Amino acid sequence: MKIGIPKEIEDGELRVAMTPAVAERVKKLGFDLVIESGAGAAASYSDEAYIAAGVEVTSDTKALWHDSDVLIKVRPPIEHPELGFYGIELLGQNQTLISTLYPAQNSVKLNQLAERGTNAVALDAVPRISRAQKMDVLSSMANIAGYRAVVEAAQHFGRFFTGQITAAGKVPPAKVLVIGAGVAGLAAIGAAKSMGAIVRAFDTRPEVKEQVESMDAEFLELDFDDEDGSGEGGYAKVMSPEFIAAEMALFAEQAKDVDIIITTALIPGKPAPELITEEMVRTMKPGSVIVDLAAETGGNCKLTQANDVVNVHGVTLIGYTNLPSRMAAQSSQLFATNIYHLLTELCPNKDGQIDLNMEDEVIRGATVVKQGNITWPPPAPRLSAAPKTDVSEPLPEAKESAKKEEKKPSAFGFLVPVLIVGALLMGVGSVAPAEFMGHLTVFVLSCFVGYMVVWGVSHSLHTPLMSVTNAISSIIVVGALTQISNDSVIVSILAALAIFITSINIVGGFAVTHRMLKMFRK
Amino acid sequence: MNFGVMTAAYIGASALFIMALGGLSHQESARRGNIYGILGMALAMVVTIAGAVTDNYGLLLLGLVPGGIIGYVLAKRVEMTSMPELVAILHSLVGLAAVFVGFANALGHGESASVVAQRIHDVETSLGIFIGAVTFTGSLVAYLKLSGKVSGNPLQLPGRHMINLAIVLVSLYLIVQFAAVGAADGMVYLYIITILALVFGAHLVVAIGGADMPVVVSMLNSYSGWAAAAMGFMLGNDLLIVVGALVGSSGAILSYIMCRAMNRKFLNVILGGIGTKKKKSAPAVGAAAEEQGEIVEIQSEEAAHMLESAKEVMIIPGYGMAVAQAQHTVFEITKKLREKGVNVRFGIHPVAGRMPGHMNVLLAEAKVPYDIVYEMDEINDDFPKIDVSVVIGANDIVNPAANDVEDSPIAGMPVLEPWKGKHTIVLKRGMSRGYAGVENPLFFKDNTRMLFGDAKQTVDALLKHLSAD
Repeated sequence: MKIGIPKEIEDGELRVAMTPAVAERVKKLGFDLVIESGAGAAASYSDEAYIAAGVEVTSDTKALWHDSDVLIKVRPPIEHPELGFYGIELLGQNQTLISTLYPAQNSVKLNQLAERGTNAVALDAVPRISRAQKMDVLSSMANIAGYRAVVEAAQHFGRFFTGQITAAGKVPPAKVLVIGAGVAGLAAIGAAKSMGAIVRAFDTRPEVKEQVESMDAEFLELDFDDEDGSGEGGYAKVMSPEFIAAEMALFAEQAKDVDIIITTALIPGKPAPELITEEMVRTMKPGSVIVDLAAETGGNCKLTQANDVVNVHGVTLIGYTNLPSRMAAQSSQLFATNIYHLLTELCPNKDGQIDLNMEDEVIRGATVVKQGNITWPPPAPRLSAAPKTDVSEPLPEAKESAKKEEKKPSAFGFLVPVLIVGALLMGVGSVAPAEFMGHLTVFVLSCFVGYMVVWGVSHSLHTPLMSVTNAISSIIVVGALTQISNDSVIVSILAALAIFITSINIVGGFAVTHRMLKMFRK
Repeated sequence: MNFGVMTAAYIGASALFIMALGGLSHQESARRGNIYGILGMALAMVVTIAGAVTDNYGLLLLGLVPGGIIGYVLAKRVEMTSMPELVAILHSLVGLAAVFVGFANALGHGESASVVAQRIHDVETSLGIFIGAVTFTGSLVAYLKLSGKVSGNPLQLPGRHMINLAIVLVSLYLIVQFAAVGAADGMVYLYIITILALVFGAHLVVAIGGADMPVVVSMLNSYSGWAAAAMGFMLGNDLLIVVGALVGSSGAILSYIMCRAMNRKFLNVILGGIGTKKKKSAPAVGAAAEEQGEIVEIQSEEAAHMLESAKEVMIIPGYGMAVAQAQHTVFEITKKLREKGVNVRFGIHPVAGRMPGHMNVLLAEAKVPYDIVYEMDEINDDFPKIDVSVVIGANDIVNPAANDVEDSPIAGMPVLEPWKGKHTIVLKRGMSRGYAGVENPLFFKDNTRMLFGDAKQTVDALLKHLSAD
């Protein structure tokens, strides 16, 4: 099948859906690739690099849309500013569009796609389950957005992030507040932390506390009855008015203290909640920076201007809506890798044919139009963890064995074998000659000496220990030596054989031990 | 040479042997320990030849010289990956020598002071021969399994426990009979005991699978010591008793350490094999498997980048590294990374490989300095700080199911815990299960990446990518 990658035409969109490096891997799945000339230029991937990777480069945009079996895009298709076509109307049956589509907001496009009888896979509709993480473009883009938010903040912030004590005086570290510890929030925490700032984070979902603290940031908590803000699919839900009031009080207090606020609070399908009021902005120190990652859906601060940087009350408000695009090379690479993983799922036989297998939970979720039928929204996702009911009830045998193990040995239990051994020794001692008892004494004491000495042997020297004990257990040779001078020929020959064998062992054992020990070095 | 001087020399030799084992407690003193062992052996042999040999010097040399040469050549030629085989075959020789010495003693029997002494002596002789014969065939089978000349899979005859029990009981009965009749008339009993013991040794080891070999090899190590001790009793020689007891307890401790590292009872390893538990837990394993997600594959180039950008790397080698002979390349990678300032360390599980300490010897052969090689207990707490763990050809020893799944066959076995680190790269040939037949949830963790392929080729590719930039 032929995969076509058109140039992104939306204003300010610098990403491309496929990079040369990933294209090579996609080709191994059996696909042919064709890319619009200049598609990767803005992300620093030249046409030559694509050609070198075996990708066909074309300037005929219409033919690209018309002839490719699969079209892969970063953004939903829009009207082409110069060529005056829209893309979707060129698609036909048997073609598949893979792109971010936002089906909840884009029902018009969904209907158009259905009319054309095509298939459409919405990258943003990939279910948020652990198995699908490797193809989740929202996560990989959010990660970049969080990182870039810190970089943007640093550019507009007039001071160091890290505290320093210099000859010219002491510089306090910057304080950063991250609101919303999702993928983007965590990435922002990591970036700000690694630049040396003091980082605090807030989230309505208490389970992220651990993640925040694992990144060495401070998790701010409300003094409030536990209300869990976890909604479906790992997003937060809308909270109660009391909760919001307590939350706002916390932000107002923090606003006076921190230098940089990064807000990432998004609730899917709804306008962004207002978290930072104008009053709070007014109380912030002059020169402070707010990066509002929710600017596209109205902003967590109403003063933010989407796609712009404004200065209000001495505070810089950054409202860029497409931060990933500002790191186009990086985000294109991650995006393309997500696409590669999706293609491996769609094309399990690596034969260059894609199969929209609606039995597969991930593919089912992401497929929004199939052969002209709208298949969105998908049925409610199965939970990623299977119910554990069948495990929790142990099998009868297991129960029994557990019971057996619970029976603790009694305190006097160890005395029993001691008494038995003692009695046996007495029994033997009462009949055996003194000479035997003497040997027995030596034997028992040697066992104890061996026990004490061998416990001290380093684990890494266990193999040399075995080879050296092997060599010295050939001390049996002494027995053979005392027998070799026997009058009986058979005895002499048996003894000679024993000497022969043990000398292999003695020399071999010591020599190989020596060889091994020589190898151990610092 | 009078008896007093010989005894004094034997005391000296015993002390030297104890010091030889004591020397192995540290890497620094280990080589000196080996020299003590050589000195002890030389002293014992010289004194015995001077004091006890009066005739047949030609025969003596005929045994001593070729044997020594063969042993030396074996020791020089053996590959470090084949050390378990060499140790196994050497054990079998100790067993065989014990059988020979036992028979020589029985045939050339002298008069004893009393009937009781005579009976004790006969019991010692037959017991020594029994242990020697078991050691001989047991080690021989272990050798054949380890060298791949016969399949490593356990061969479990129906009713094998009954067979073993019957052999032991019949042998005990025959030993009593032999002692009652005496060596002069009872040789036929001794022959039957020997044959039974030979069968018993082979049958015991045939039923044990490849990955339990560390226990088997240390058990046979122990037996060879007990055989020597029995010979010492028979000959009334304290030196043999001391050395036999030392070696016997050393092997027993090693077996114990190996069993503890697998959280299994010694008898369970020797008699059961892990297969017997499998059926019971099969449904639970199925349920656990359902919870697992998807594996994420990675290419060697990407893996090389992960290693380069890490600060702390832990390499966890297993038997697969030995099979693929990959240890030299692994050290080349280690060197490259250390040059780049990456702190690379090795984490060794006690039962990794086919013999106690097997991995340490392989890494030492590849010139890995021993101070970056750590054992499980030393290193397990460090995993949260590790950026990338690399698992090479190991499976059960890094299986989180041992901690999490209560009725897993390997539940409670101490394991290395790479999943607590940031990332794990698993080098593996395919998705086959480990020796215990348990699915490994580590492969399905979010932060685990699978790098499929033959271990040698994969590490070669990794090295190539690391050298490229």
